[in-house]
Amino acid sequence: MDFTVALAQIKPKLGCLDDNMALVEAAIEKGIAAGADLVVFPELALTGYFLKDLVPEVALRLDAPQIGKLKTLSLRISIAIGFVEVSSDFRFFNSALYLEDGEIRHVHRKVYLPTYGLFDEQRYLARGDRFRAFDTRFGRVGMLICEDMWHISAPYILAMDGAMTLICLSSSPGRGVSGSEGLGSSAAWQKLTSTAAMFLNCRVFYCNRVGYEDGINFWGGSEAISPSGEVTDRGALLEEDLVVAKVDGGALRRERIFSPMMRDENLAITVKELKRIDRENEC
Amino acid sequence: MGALSVNTALLRQILVGFVHDEVTKVGLHKGVLGLSGGIDSALVAYIAAEALGPENVYAYCMPYHTSNPESEAHAKLVAESLGINYKVLEITPMVDAYFSLYPEASNMRRGNKMARERMTILYDHSAEVGGLVLGTSNKTELLLGYGTLHGDMASALNPIGDIYKSQVWELSEAMGVPREVIDKKPSADLWAGQTDEQELGFTYRDADELLYRMVDQRMSRAELVSAGFEPHFIDNVLRKVQGSHFKRRLPIIAKVSNRTIDRDFRYARDWGK
Repeated sequence: MDFTVALAQIKPKLGCLDDNMALVEAAIEKGIAAGADLVVFPELALTGYFLKDLVPEVALRLDAPQIGKLKTLSLRISIAIGFVEVSSDFRFFNSALYLEDGEIRHVHRKVYLPTYGLFDEQRYLARGDRFRAFDTRFGRVGMLICEDMWHISAPYILAMDGAMTLICLSSSPGRGVSGSEGLGSSAAWQKLTSTAAMFLNCRVFYCNRVGYEDGINFWGGSEAISPSGEVTDRGALLEEDLVVAKVDGGALRRERIFSPMMRDENLAITVKELKRIDRENEC
Repeated sequence: MGALSVNTALLRQILVGFVHDEVTKVGLHKGVLGLSGGIDSALVAYIAAEALGPENVYAYCMPYHTSNPESEAHAKLVAESLGINYKVLEITPMVDAYFSLYPEASNMRRGNKMARERMTILYDHSAEVGGLVLGTSNKTELLLGYGTLHGDMASALNPIGDIYKSQVWELSEAMGVPREVIDKKPSADLWAGQTDEQELGFTYRDADELLYRMVDQRMSRAELVSAGFEPHFIDNVLRKVQGSHFKRRLPIIAKVSNRTIDRDFRYARDWGK
């Protein structure tokens, strides 16, 4: 089926849930007005990124009123959005919600928490323990949060679990200004999302935020990528944007006929070899 | 070599965006800076004028009586070409009043006092006009510690602190900083004929090539030597970086509680912004 996705390249305020809810609601209304069926927000859209000790203060339970509001809005448009989730045993997760038809369809807790260079996520956050695809009105979907995408096994698992659409929510800091055209970080991401789409015959929706936190910029450049790895739509660099991309449903079918790599992918060999490696590592 | 060359259009966009975003998010719209007549403060003035509008930039030239008159002329040239607010404030009376108590004081003490005198004036004017003080120290100076702690190193935000001197030159060209400001020899202008490179004992270009590989690329000493850098130059620069590290950090606090500021009480400065 053809559908329209809106990538809401917003600029959240650090630690300000109410302000960010207002930003999110405004983007949802704009998305609906633009005819979008699905709106994707960045990682930690409701809170901002460099939270540090603010993590417990901005965390939401799944039954929080803000989530209730998003559920209601999802009666009008499907929503993928990042926030800090607190579990009943008081662990805090960098999570993404997928809401549709008034319900939470899926919660993904970020598995790969970067803790190197300018990143310090593992200090403040608990690690998710699974990658699961789930069904939506656009077919089977898998969600990844930023660093998850840098681990080749993560999109692979989701694709093997039947996902044909990968949604990646991101708060990627811009760095690596050099003599070349783009930022080091944006160039790397563009290769990554496009290669993942191509390898896995999946469409990829990548939504990255903008704005600055303590001098660190987030570069935006959100993308809709077709299953052949081509970027069909790209958001502005470093500026707020709402990327409205029409998704050609037939492109996925055609790509899977032309390049049936996922049909031929051999799960049994992969599992067998990974088990062997695991066994050998234990020796 | 040449690894330091940057995409100036992109760099300009990021730095202009930075000044605009970090000033406006605290509810202000003005920036205050000292214009020395040198290239670093000239570039920051260009960035600030583009970010905030020239009418919202307040530049102060603060000469001492031994300052080279050319410096003030260049500061004026920069201010006039941008159309920013500009004022000259002599620091000679304040500085001389103090050193009349210590006539034997060294050049270093005098230079530091002048830098801190200028800082107090900038912060006073930031309160007067309601703007943030913009820093003008580049990455080379910050790494080498070639600046005065709580003097020229003090600011609310610094747009050029992560770009090397060579990149300051390149971006200044792209942004249209006046030619005479770009071409002249960098100088702290503490006494007649002083130049940074003479005082440091090496050129900024050489230091930048080394620092880029040492700091940004994390090349080992052996790799730096085989890349053609003189061992004593490497050691000299490394000693300066290490020896000045205290200038790049907040004062250390003796820990006694469970949550000590900056140790285990950690919030971004943009907390709630």
